[in-house]
Order: sequence, then C-alpha cells, then structure tokens
Amino acid sequence: MTTTTPATTGLDAAALRDRLNTLASAAGIQQWDLGAACSTDSSVQVDRGEPKQLKGAQRSAITVRVWNSDQRIGITSTSDLSDAGLARALEGAKAASAFGNPEETPAFSPLAQAPLPVLDQPLREPLGILSLLATLKDAEADLLARHPAIGTVPYNGLAERSSDRLYLNSEGACRQQSLTTASLYLYARAEEAGRKPRSSGAVRLAYGAADLDVAGCVAEAAERTIAHLDYGPIPTGHYTCVFSPEAFLDLIGAFSSLFNARAVLDGISLSTRESLGTPLAVPFLSIHDNGLHPANIGAAAFDGEGTPTRRLALVEGGILQNFLHSEATARAFGVAPTGHAGMGAKVSVSPDWFEISATPGQGGAASGLNRFARGAAGRDRADGGSGAGLVVIDSLSALHAGVKASQGSFSLPFDGWWIQDGEQRSIEAATVAGDIRQLLRSLVGFEGAGKVTPAGLSPWVWVEDLAVTGDA
Amino acid sequence: MTSPTCNTSAPFHDPTWSARLEPLLASGRRCGADLVEFFLERTDHLSLLAEQELITSVSPSFGMGAGIRVFRGHRDGFVSTNDLTPAGLMRALEQALAMLGLESSAAAPMGSFDGLPPLRDHGTVKGDWLDRCPSLADASGRLLQGTALLDRHGSHLQARRASYSRSWQDVLVVASDGTHCRDIRLHQTVGLSVIAADGDHRASLSRRYGTTDNPDDLRDWDCEAAARDLGDSTATMLRADFVEAGQYPVVLANRFGGVIFHEACGHLLETTQVERGTTPFADKVGEPIAHGAVTAIDEGMTGGAFGSLAMDDEGMEPQRSVLIENGILRRFLSDRAGELRTGHARTGSGRRQSHAFAAASRMRNTYIAPGPHQPQDLIASIDRGLYCKTMGGGSVGPTGQFNFAVEEGYQIENGRLTKPVKGATLIGEAKEVMPKISMCADDLDLAAGFCGSVSGSIYVTVGQPHIKVDAITVGGR
Repeated sequence: MTTTTPATTGLDAAALRDRLNTLASAAGIQQWDLGAACSTDSSVQVDRGEPKQLKGAQRSAITVRVWNSDQRIGITSTSDLSDAGLARALEGAKAASAFGNPEETPAFSPLAQAPLPVLDQPLREPLGILSLLATLKDAEADLLARHPAIGTVPYNGLAERSSDRLYLNSEGACRQQSLTTASLYLYARAEEAGRKPRSSGAVRLAYGAADLDVAGCVAEAAERTIAHLDYGPIPTGHYTCVFSPEAFLDLIGAFSSLFNARAVLDGISLSTRESLGTPLAVPFLSIHDNGLHPANIGAAAFDGEGTPTRRLALVEGGILQNFLHSEATARAFGVAPTGHAGMGAKVSVSPDWFEISATPGQGGAASGLNRFARGAAGRDRADGGSGAGLVVIDSLSALHAGVKASQGSFSLPFDGWWIQDGEQRSIEAATVAGDIRQLLRSLVGFEGAGKVTPAGLSPWVWVEDLAVTGDA
Repeated sequence: MTSPTCNTSAPFHDPTWSARLEPLLASGRRCGADLVEFFLERTDHLSLLAEQELITSVSPSFGMGAGIRVFRGHRDGFVSTNDLTPAGLMRALEQALAMLGLESSAAAPMGSFDGLPPLRDHGTVKGDWLDRCPSLADASGRLLQGTALLDRHGSHLQARRASYSRSWQDVLVVASDGTHCRDIRLHQTVGLSVIAADGDHRASLSRRYGTTDNPDDLRDWDCEAAARDLGDSTATMLRADFVEAGQYPVVLANRFGGVIFHEACGHLLETTQVERGTTPFADKVGEPIAHGAVTAIDEGMTGGAFGSLAMDDEGMEPQRSVLIENGILRRFLSDRAGELRTGHARTGSGRRQSHAFAAASRMRNTYIAPGPHQPQDLIASIDRGLYCKTMGGGSVGPTGQFNFAVEEGYQIENGRLTKPVKGATLIGEAKEVMPKISMCADDLDLAAGFCGSVSGSIYVTVGQPHIKVDAITVGGR
C-alpha cells in the first residue's frame, strides 16, 4: 500500500546490511552506501494472432560506493549478489576511490533518514504470461478490426513487473520500496492502396495488468493511426504550432538540462547559477517536477541517495525558480537535495515527472483559443489571418539526434496535421526546428485541461512562428 | 535430473559447464522443445570520464547471467536470469518451456538430444586480454592528456570532456542442435567532446573512436590528431548559420556518413523487419531497390572493426553478406528465428546487448562499397546543395521513414564548399532515397557506432565512401 512497506520478494535489507557491514569491515572500509534492485518481469508480443515472443526475466543489481581515508569516493556495480560478488564489488570500489575527484566528493544525503512520502501504490499479483498473451491477442484483434487499412500492429507488447529497490548506508539509513507495474503499447501500421504506410499508437500504464485500460489504448491507437491515413505535403515555412501534451513533454524533457544543477555546474546547461530568478518563458508558464503525482505510475519515494522525492517548482510565472539537485549539487548551491539524484561516483541528476500548467492569474490558460478541430474559426485566429494555417504536432521523433541541449537548438521530425481553410490533413513528412529559449518565449497559450501521459501532465501548447520543413 | 557440483565462477571453457548444461538441453527436448539454447555471459566493464583537468567519474562493473530460449514450431519463449546455479538455470528453463505450454509431464512428442560436441573455443588466445588493457592509472592519464590537448587546440571552450569505456565479455553458447562454442569479446571506445560559447554563439561537437579485440586500443589512439580535428571543427561551427530548409542534393562524407545507409536501408534488410511486416523490401530479392551505383555489404570480419565478431550470439561464425549489388537486392540479414520464420538463411547476424535480450538479426560492419569517383567530383556536380561532413545519430520508423542529424555541414554553391551551416536534419523514405544515391567516391572508410534496436544496444560499424544523394529533404530554420 505504501512505499515504505518491506519487500515482499527479493531483497532482504537487514541481511544485506549485515553482510555489507561484515565485508566492509574486513576490507577496512568505514563509510559506504549501497543501492540495490531486483525485479521479475514477464512480457508478450503478438503478430497477427500468433504469439511472437514470450519473455521472462529475473534481474538483480547493486551499486556500492565507498569513501577512502582521503574522503574520495569509488563505486562498483554488479549483478552478483553472492558474498564473493559483494566482496569483489567492495574491493573494486575501494580501488576506484584512489581516482576519486578530490574537488567534489558526494556525501550522504542529509535527508537519507528523513520521513518518506506515503504513496498509494497497490501491489498487484501477476496475472501470468498466458493471461497476458490472451489479453494482447484480443487487443491486437480489436485494433486490426478498427479499419481495413490497419494491416499489422508491428510494435506491441504487454508486460508486468514486480520490483524491489533499496538504499542502505553505513550510518543506518535504510530505504526500501516494493512496486508492481504493468504496461501496454500498441503501434499500428496502416496502408491504403497506392499510398504510403502510416503508423501511430498508444501506451497505457497501471499497477497491475488487470488494471490496464486496454480498450482505451486500442481506441486511441486506432484513432491516431486512422487520422494519419489522409495525408499530404506541407510547404516549408513558419507556422503557429500546437504541441500535443506528449510532444511538449518530450521537448521539455529533452531540454531538462535547463533545470539540472549538475549540468549547470558542469557548464553544459544553457542556465547558469545566475539564471535563478530570471525570466525563462512567457509569464503564464509554470513547470513543476512532481514524481509524487498520483497519476505517475511507478513513482519513486526516494532517489538514488535516499533523499525523499517531492514536488518542486522549476518555473513559475515564467521565472526560473529552482534547479534539480543531488546531495553534492545542493551543497554547492547551499540548498537542500531535491530527490533527483542517481547513484554514482559523479552523481547524475535527472527529472522525474513534469507538470506543465498555467501560472494562476497570469493568463494563458485556455486564453480564448478555439480548439483546432473546430476548423476555420480557430485557424484564422491562430495564424493571424496569414493564411498559412496551423500545424498540430502530435508526436516528435529522433530527440536523441535532433536536440542540441547545450546549444538550445532542435530540428525534429514529427507526425502531425496541417489545418488550413477549415480542413485538417495529416502531414506526409516534415521537421520542426527552433531554439528552446525562443520557443518558451513564444508560447501563445494553453488549450484544454492537462492530460496525463507517462512522462507527465500537460495541456496542448500553442507556439508562434516555428520553422517547419515539408516536401511540398 | 542430477547436477554436477555448482561452481558458477568456473571459466566457460571448463568442461563442468557442458556437463551441467547437457542435462538441461536434454530435459528441454524431452519436454517437446524443437530447440533449446543457453547463452551464458560474464562481463567486466569500466568507464571513465575526464572533465577539464580532473577525472570526475570512474565506474567499474561486473556481472553474469544467462538467456534461455526455447523454440517450438515458429514460437519461442525467452527467459533471462542472473542466477547461473543449476537450480537457477533449471528454473529459468522450466519457465521458458511453460511459456510454450511444455512441461515434463506433458504428452508432447519427445525430442532427442545427442549430447554436445567438443567446445569450439574462439577465446583460447584471448585469455589475457583483460589484463593487457590499460590500468586505471594509464587510462586516466590518457584521458587527461586528451582534455589538455583540447585546451591547446580549441578556443572559447566552456567544457572539455574525454571518456573511455572498456567492455569485456566472456560468452558461452550451447544449443540442442549441437552448438557449443565460446568467445571472449573486447570493445573499447574513447571519445572527446566540447562545448564552445562566445556570446550568443554556441557549438557542441564530439568525436568517438572504437575498436574490437585490441587491448592496446587506448594506447594506440592518436589523441593529438583527434583533439586537433575536433578543435578545428568546433572553431568552424561556433559561428555557423542555421541551414536553410528545403530539398537539396547532398554529399555525405565517408566514415560516419554511412549512418544514412544504416538507418535508411540497413534496418529494413533485417529479417526482424520482415517478420514484422515493416520493410518495403520483403519481396524484392533480385529486384532493383537502389541506384545502380550502390553496392552494400554487411560483414563481421574486418579486423578490429567495432562490429566484428568471431561468432555471433547464436554461435555462428560471421559471413560477408552482399546485401545490394549494383542496385539489386541480394539478401537479408538473418538469425535463427529469422530463418525459422522467414526462410532467409542465417548469416551470423544474431546479436544481442547481453543475456537479458533474445538475439535478433542485426547489422555488424555495414557499408556502401567504393565507386569510381573522386570526392571532389561529387561536390563539383552540384550547383546548390549541402555537404555533410559529420553526422549525428538517426533512426528509422515502422513505415520506413528515416532521419538523421547533421553535426557539421557546409553549403555547396556552384560546385564548391562555402559557408558552414548547422541545425540540419535529413529526412526521407528508404524506397525513395536509395535510387537517388547516384555517385560513390573511391574513399571508403569506416566508423564505430552503437545501434539500439529490438535486442538492445550493440557495437556496429557504419561506413561508406563520399556519396551523392540527388535530392533529400533538409530540415532546418
């Protein structure tokens, strides 16, 4: 029920702590901490009614960190949880500590023994692989029946997982979390005679496979795929664009180094120490990181250093408010850790789950923008009567290649629609390009209530004057 | 079933492993499996990061695990585990069998198993490789030399990084068809990256080098040349304008330019894609799918190349596969499951990131063969276009649409390179772009890379000579 309940399977925290204490003592190690995880997974894929691959996995992994007499840190990771494996890991970490960075040594988080947030995360019994298979076969069949052009569902999967993770340190901190999750994804491929194939899909997450919204996933995958069947080229130009919640969250995630104290200290972020308190975006934009949102399936109660996770304001009223921190970066900034650390010799910092919203009293939210689907009226208002039309960006691709986070630039392929003269048509192939800082200052407004996605919560986001390259 | 004494740390060429695994293979066959395969691995990895004048991260890791795959008809079940004890392996096997409805008490047809042949050991001469790799002190010193050289050869540098990664893997593959082989793999990669800033101008560029099976790789690395090359490119790109979007002819440089073939076509020639119905080339063997200037090859045998291997992850020795010959599609890359489900013969292309993934048909060293032209001929043939000197990553989607980023580009005007441009993304569709590769130069060269797909992230080589694409969509501002 809560994240602080002992593991039901897998990791025995007390036994592991005793073994580490004994082995560390024998190795002359006074200070150490450890992150461990184990999981059991089952997953299925199908292909036109036949099982394609059935998979199971049992995984275990630990990372140990040790501090040497010069207070330098070393780490080693292993999947070997035997005594011999743990001893070797401690030896490896001790050897690595000789090369630890003398100018920045992580310490135990001051919050490693602070109370954890209580999460409502029901632990579900696994349904078993044959049950998963039957469910996925039905879902695939349902999706294939939605439109004659949908011929295959080439990317599909239904999985369930139970996992334990823990954090221990030599000062007595002991964090443990047990979790069950399930996921379903369906990406359909549709092709009409004489036309190019089109593809789209949907994803659902839940605490157990029986809780998954299978029907909703099928319906959304079908709707999105069918919506792209009638496609055409778009002329290259500058357009007002509407980002779907998924697309906008992907873009913000790709540029999350803006909010990352580790990246700031390393000089690879567009932000600097002095950026805090300065405008980053239009006055109505708020961005929070909130892994504790009830809709965040699989939320972590603590980070890799044992720090409790929490909701953190990153941008409010367009002003950069806070950075994401580990223990070491927080110490460098003179603030408390925020619960966003990994575990390592150089501790990484990463966002958890974004909430995009309108800052109260600053406008922007549903600021008179008509739904794009309403046609000409909304379009005319959106493009200022220029006649160029409106581009709806449904999903972005290739973020790993097309985003230059340290430069602020992006050039990304996307799937979407072009709305002109009251008609909506899928775009055959196009890229959208720009600068993230410029984009954040060019937001026109939000549309609709925030939509929950696996990456966060966001409304549809309208942005002016983005470069779109088409092949018309 | 009885098991020999458990010693999971015994080396994989120790005969106790075959004695331990044979009863499991026999058990799987008796339960009605057509084929049972065990992939066992031990790993030892090390990664280091230097930033400016400091080593800021040293991350060793080691592990072990097994992937157990069972085939019955066209179906398969796969289970991975970190537990290499006889009980752990038996438990995983039983789980894989159960996925296919096979149990020891089932009334399924009993299969026979004739025992394993002697071990085919590709690792015999590789036993000391791990010890011959650079020590932590040596590797650290080399990286710090790299960041110092970046400082010497660069300007306006805000961040300088050098990284090193060493991946050692000891692999044993056994299967009920008599596969019984072992190999030791060693991959090392070293990279440099910088961020330069001057006012509003910013540039971030990187270079990465990698080899396989060369313990001296880091010692052999020409650190000076790499730092000078990156420094020169960064200085050029710092004040580059954004590329003008549109449809252009482009010339792609050799080495990592080969990512265009990898993304635009190579993935579509894997039987994994045939199985999924996501390749437009499934029924095109013997037919033209590319310009007649294009011959493309995938192989796993080039000495030291990142995608080379003594055996694939299903125990098959690699082949040289001519995929496209003068524009005609000749064959697909196939693994065990691909052969079973599509009929395309195995090519030694069954690959996986680790024991946690089932093998799939994947590329190895993939390149376009050299042509008759000089690189300058290609540029001279274009009035207005784009020269792509270095490429970033790319991807291909389920409909064959591909994309990749251009890291360092130059405008071509009247047959000559002019100003540098940044921010370009090339997009297109395999069926449309392959016939437009109209000229190939004579300067084939290869580059190391990583490829992420259905069986995880694997080491690959991409390559090509300079090539000309008559028209492609260039995304920009």
